Amino acid sequence: MLDDFFIRALVGGIGVALVAGPLGCFIVWRRMAYFGDTMAHSALLGVALALFLEVNVILGVFAIAAAAALALVLLQRQAVLPTDALLGILSHSTLALGLVLVSFMAWLRIDLLSYLFGDLLAVSILDIALIYGGGFAVLCLLAIIWRPLLAGTVSEELAAAEALNPERARLIFMILMAAVIAIAMKIVGILLITSLLIIPAATARRFAGAPESMALTAAGLGALAVIMGLFGSLHFDTPSGPSVVVAALVIFLLSLLSQSFRWRGREIERLP
Amino acid sequence: MMELDDQGASRPEVRSATAEEPLVEAKGLGVRRGGLWLVRGVDLTIHPGEIVTLIGPNGSGKSTTVKALLGIMDTAEGRVQRRNDLRIGYVPQRLSIDRTMPLTVRRLMTLTGRHSGAEIDTALSDVGIAHLSSRPVQQLSGGEFQRALLARALIRRPQLLVLDEPVQGVDFAGEIELYELIHDIRERLGCAILMISHDLHIVMGQTDTVICLNGHVCCSGTPQVVTASPEYRALFGTRAASALAIYRHDHDHVHLADGSVVGHDDGHDHRHDGHERKVSKEEFDAG
Repeated sequence: MLDDFFIRALVGGIGVALVAGPLGCFIVWRRMAYFGDTMAHSALLGVALALFLEVNVILGVFAIAAAAALALVLLQRQAVLPTDALLGILSHSTLALGLVLVSFMAWLRIDLLSYLFGDLLAVSILDIALIYGGGFAVLCLLAIIWRPLLAGTVSEELAAAEALNPERARLIFMILMAAVIAIAMKIVGILLITSLLIIPAATARRFAGAPESMALTAAGLGALAVIMGLFGSLHFDTPSGPSVVVAALVIFLLSLLSQSFRWRGREIERLP
Repeated sequence: MMELDDQGASRPEVRSATAEEPLVEAKGLGVRRGGLWLVRGVDLTIHPGEIVTLIGPNGSGKSTTVKALLGIMDTAEGRVQRRNDLRIGYVPQRLSIDRTMPLTVRRLMTLTGRHSGAEIDTALSDVGIAHLSSRPVQQLSGGEFQRALLARALIRRPQLLVLDEPVQGVDFAGEIELYELIHDIRERLGCAILMISHDLHIVMGQTDTVICLNGHVCCSGTPQVVTASPEYRALFGTRAASALAIYRHDHDHVHLADGSVVGHDDGHDHRHDGHERKVSKEEFDAG
């Protein structure tokens, strides 16, 4: 029953989730969900350009997502428009540009849906090597910038006053996000990557007492969502990416339920 | 620093401190944002162990000055010199920690550097919140949170403690307690303090130098000298001049009544010039 492609998808998916969890925590803490979405949407432009220039697709996505992040930072400094408007413009225009570019390249027969929603069947040994190699590098860098990034998340000014260089940490963090988007695209697809970053982190908040434990819990819950989602996808013959996200949502909802039960329990205890 | 002539006589300990190399020194500091000068022409020196307090109405550039001194904000003109490897403990004006971040008081202590468990316990009991060690920071009251932030800054053993409105969100009785705590800590650690405050009477009692800002330095010197100066009275009203009486200053009111000070526009610049002339008559540069 467990075909080879399925094990590859499972191994690859778990690898992505382990990296996405800790990064997702920072996206939640820094309220960057829409920012992550914009970077992910720009990934399709990266796919189109990579195919056009005949370079590696993951590399193309990484480059374009990182460029989109830097463009956003620069535009934010200019303060021409409020950030949400900027994000709205960049998010959808890069997605549209990608779609238009792909349609121009009539000689290519690419499966657009597999890029938008992930492709379970297409995870290769090379992809797994990229996910684990890249993922390991991302986690190492995140560990190195952890203190300045966390301090900067609490207060950019405080971190800067105490000589931690939070701005550099923030830029490195954006590049790490671009890397995760590039390696996660195969598993959940461009449109759903942000959910793999945010939902496990949001779920982990309910069980964690420290930033570090929240990051570890998010990684674990993300891996659980991948396992549940991929088995569900195999069983119900549903697309892999959406199935993983639905599994993450189910875990989140269950955590809400358990929390409200615990609260109710506590209230009953408090009654005289 | 601009100091008035009778300062040295009443405060001999300050004079001895000035012999040492200053921790921070600014000359002609100016910060510009969007074509407007937020603050301009600030000369300021902080020596080891000295307490310097910045006062002034809302929007007078107090926080801006502090941020420029700390190197958080870029300066448009002038020069800021900080001593090499200056250890700073910073209590920022506004700090809201997102509820999505699980952060206990204990974990907050090691936010910007490593510290041992014993150091954390000492810092927390020094500010009287040892019992709140495992409490999430989002559940603290205003006073408890300010104490936690103070402990976090102190655990670094700073040479310069920077406090931006340290008593905000704290009730009146708590304010006096908190100021006493800051005073005790300073006595014990011997660190210099740069403080922003608009609570004049309590602050002034312990401060070596008061600098009154309103987009520029209006006047500066010992608390006694500043409260007696005409610039200070013009800015804060004559009631505030009864130096050490219990007095809570309403900035907005004075700000509006003193029509020409609103904003940092042309009208303000005009006024700035007038002030400079007035001040320079009565002051000399002791630094």
